[in-house]
Amino acid sequence: MKKWNTINKSTRNNIITIGVIVVIYAVCQLMIAAGAMSNLMQGLLVPLCYYSILAISLNLTVGILGELSLGHAGFMCVGAFAGAFFSKSTQNGIGSSFVGFLIALLLGAIAAALFGALIGVVVLRLRGDYLAIVTLAFGEIIKNVINVLYIGLDGKGFHFSMKDSEALNLEENGTIIINGAKGITGTPKHTTFTIAALLLIAAYLIISNLIHSRSGRAIQAIRDNRIAAESVGIDITGFKLLAFTLSAAMAGVAGVLYSHNISTLVATPKNFGYNMSIMILVFVVLGGIGNIRGSIIAAVILTLLPEYLRFLQDYRMLIYAIVLIVIMIFNWNPTCIAWRKNHSLRDILHSLTGKNKKEA
Amino acid sequence: MSFISYLIKGISLGSVYSIIALGYTMVYGIAKMLNFAHGDVIMVGGYVIFTVMSMIGLNPFVAVLLSIILCTLLGITIERVAYKPLRSASSLAVLITAIGVSYLLQNLALLIFGADTKSFTSIIAVPALKLADGRLTISGETLVTIPLCILIMVLLTVFVKRSKTGRSMQAVSEDKAAAVLMGINVNKTIAITFAIGSSLAAVASVLMFSAYPSLTSTSGSMPGIKAFVAAVFGGIGSIPGAMLGGILLGVIEILGRAYISSQLADAIVFLILIIVLLVKPTGILGKKIQEKV
Amino acid sequence: MAMLTVKNLGISFGGLRAVDSFNITIEKGELYGLIGPNGAGKTTAFNLLTGVYKPDTGTVTLDGKNITGLSTIEINKAGIARTFQNIRLFKGLTVLDNVKIGLHNDYKYSTLAGILRLPSYFKTERQMSEKAMDILKVFDLDKEAHLLSANLPYGKQRKLEIARALATNPKLLLLDEPAAGMNPSETEELMKTITLIREKYGVTILLIEHDMKLVAGICEKIFVLNFGTELANGLPGEVLNNPEVIKAYLGE
Repeated sequence: MKKWNTINKSTRNNIITIGVIVVIYAVCQLMIAAGAMSNLMQGLLVPLCYYSILAISLNLTVGILGELSLGHAGFMCVGAFAGAFFSKSTQNGIGSSFVGFLIALLLGAIAAALFGALIGVVVLRLRGDYLAIVTLAFGEIIKNVINVLYIGLDGKGFHFSMKDSEALNLEENGTIIINGAKGITGTPKHTTFTIAALLLIAAYLIISNLIHSRSGRAIQAIRDNRIAAESVGIDITGFKLLAFTLSAAMAGVAGVLYSHNISTLVATPKNFGYNMSIMILVFVVLGGIGNIRGSIIAAVILTLLPEYLRFLQDYRMLIYAIVLIVIMIFNWNPTCIAWRKNHSLRDILHSLTGKNKKEA
Repeated sequence: MSFISYLIKGISLGSVYSIIALGYTMVYGIAKMLNFAHGDVIMVGGYVIFTVMSMIGLNPFVAVLLSIILCTLLGITIERVAYKPLRSASSLAVLITAIGVSYLLQNLALLIFGADTKSFTSIIAVPALKLADGRLTISGETLVTIPLCILIMVLLTVFVKRSKTGRSMQAVSEDKAAAVLMGINVNKTIAITFAIGSSLAAVASVLMFSAYPSLTSTSGSMPGIKAFVAAVFGGIGSIPGAMLGGILLGVIEILGRAYISSQLADAIVFLILIIVLLVKPTGILGKKIQEKV
Repeated sequence: MAMLTVKNLGISFGGLRAVDSFNITIEKGELYGLIGPNGAGKTTAFNLLTGVYKPDTGTVTLDGKNITGLSTIEINKAGIARTFQNIRLFKGLTVLDNVKIGLHNDYKYSTLAGILRLPSYFKTERQMSEKAMDILKVFDLDKEAHLLSANLPYGKQRKLEIARALATNPKLLLLDEPAAGMNPSETEELMKTITLIREKYGVTILLIEHDMKLVAGICEKIFVLNFGTELANGLPGEVLNNPEVIKAYLGE
């Protein structure tokens, strides 16, 4: 115990969070082995991981850098397609599916990072709500462009078109890899719960360690006061770009996990539109802005909630919406904040235990 | 000739965007919040008219009037219940709440009216105008939309510049705390702004659904987003900016759809937005703001 | 040799000449006061010296190096650090982290080393913490090191801002109304601290202040700015008794 207290606080927090993830992972695996987990729940394990990664990575932009982004699903989309594109085109080429998947993950991260850097450059000139609208626009552009993108592969190499699959002029044995709005079909299902959970732990460690490092401090300084950060010689441009790029790369990885977990990958308003970006933002805000652990918890609860509310049928999303509004008001309304301070759980517990002691 | 026809169609669509964007911009200017649920008020307006006309069978004029009244009340209610408690909270918290309200309206509509697309009968009974020996046709909807949009813009500008309430709005938008000290009722001013914005959304819904008649629970969300883009395009907070942004957006969208690609029309709109903001970071008519050190 | 040489510095906003032909020479180790009535252009002069505004005319030379027109970041790296009239702390970070951000450019390890927690991370972080604690001790803030900076009382926030500026290891320190809002005993203590850091860190100081007791008490030279231009410049005794100066402050 003595040694435990000498480790620095952020390391302790890391160990606790990772420990909890590992325990939950082990419990899930045991339940699966014992046949005690429903198929529905088993199917949710991987999504829980990639939603958590998305929430963590968006928290870097929104919570740590302090810039509002409404286009996070766009980066996920880039990663999903880049990774699936690689896996589909090399399906017969690479012997080991594991190595292939690692490369796909890396490519997804790099592709998304490039777009992140691109948006980062744009963003350097903009602030606040203008930035929000640009990121939203970016997400919509990505989704639209992918829907008119046709790429095929045959003996002569890659063919590319933005018109239709006919225009690819493929040889007879050629295959269409990206088929416009029909997307990519038959991506190998490489994503497993184990890989997804490992990547979640990695993502958590990256952001958590970053926050407590020199670069992370610089990013937070920019968030808290840009002018003061400049006055002590912090390179605003560099660190903003770093945050945007890293955040996008991690969303790209989540995208690769997503695309290798389903059989047909298409870009629709539902999975990559602004509604998705907003859903991730809701995770971040409800989990606590800048709170990485909170992001994971919020992502998990808010993904499971609609599933467990299925018995409500048509009223499900209505209740979700009401819960969202009520939580926001409860969290942020000055009267509610004051009420919570006076009626905090800890005080109630203290008063109860206090009474007990007197009685004893 | 087809170019002119597309151009007119673009201005017409853009006029609808402008009217929605006016609501966005006024609310932003005064409450400093992005009212994501604004687009959904349009959808509600559409369903009100649909219900009153097709299901109850009242005349269009009554339907429109009823829609405007109900949307105005809806706007005031939303502000009172969801946004007012969060006046001092961070803008992100208010944004998420607005998103919650948007989900709420969409899912309520889904529950009441079902998931199937309702077809909206145009209530604009103006005949189409044929010009240049019938080579150029201007639809009745366009003939009503464009002048109406100009009228609204003029009335709104006069109202904000000249009336006492309008001046209060300007004061609240400049500095809420100072406005309170000058004896302005900030809560009332914000409520009036929401009322105006929502009634404009109802007007926009009449025009939009008359020209594009399919109505579902999410019909308002894309026009809402586009109007938001239009407001930012022109410089958010500025009334002429919203007008200009809306019309430019409509023209770009229709021309893009006609000459480049119908699937990429939205992407083109968004790309031009990004480019404009790169050149003018606060929009075309936006004010340049510099933080005082 | 002079630490700071400013020649003919000027800037206009619209039609207003906010600072005009501003000339000042500060020797190494000097403690210089910049005073003047409200709106005289004192903070604008600071903003010009630190690159927040780009001057229309004139040159700024720091320790023999021409720094005119450089960015705020480059000017800080060249050796000028400042505080702000309206306190600008990193409110979401602890007192210690605020100072560590000041150390950012002197203690380096890569982002990757930070994420992977390589030995260089632990080593450099330890050095940074030690150095930051040293500085905090000078300002009597070491007990509050792990407090969120936003939770510090006002007077300590002002001190923390000076500590953070000092952490960038500047040659010249610009203090913008360091005693604003302090009570007489806090001001007294601040005067001692300013004198102390000048000796301990060998830093040259230029400060804007309205508290004449502080200015007369610690400044070796005083520059009076009025309507953006020099009204008087010299030793405190001469300047503060100059009838022009008294007129500018008290009116006719």
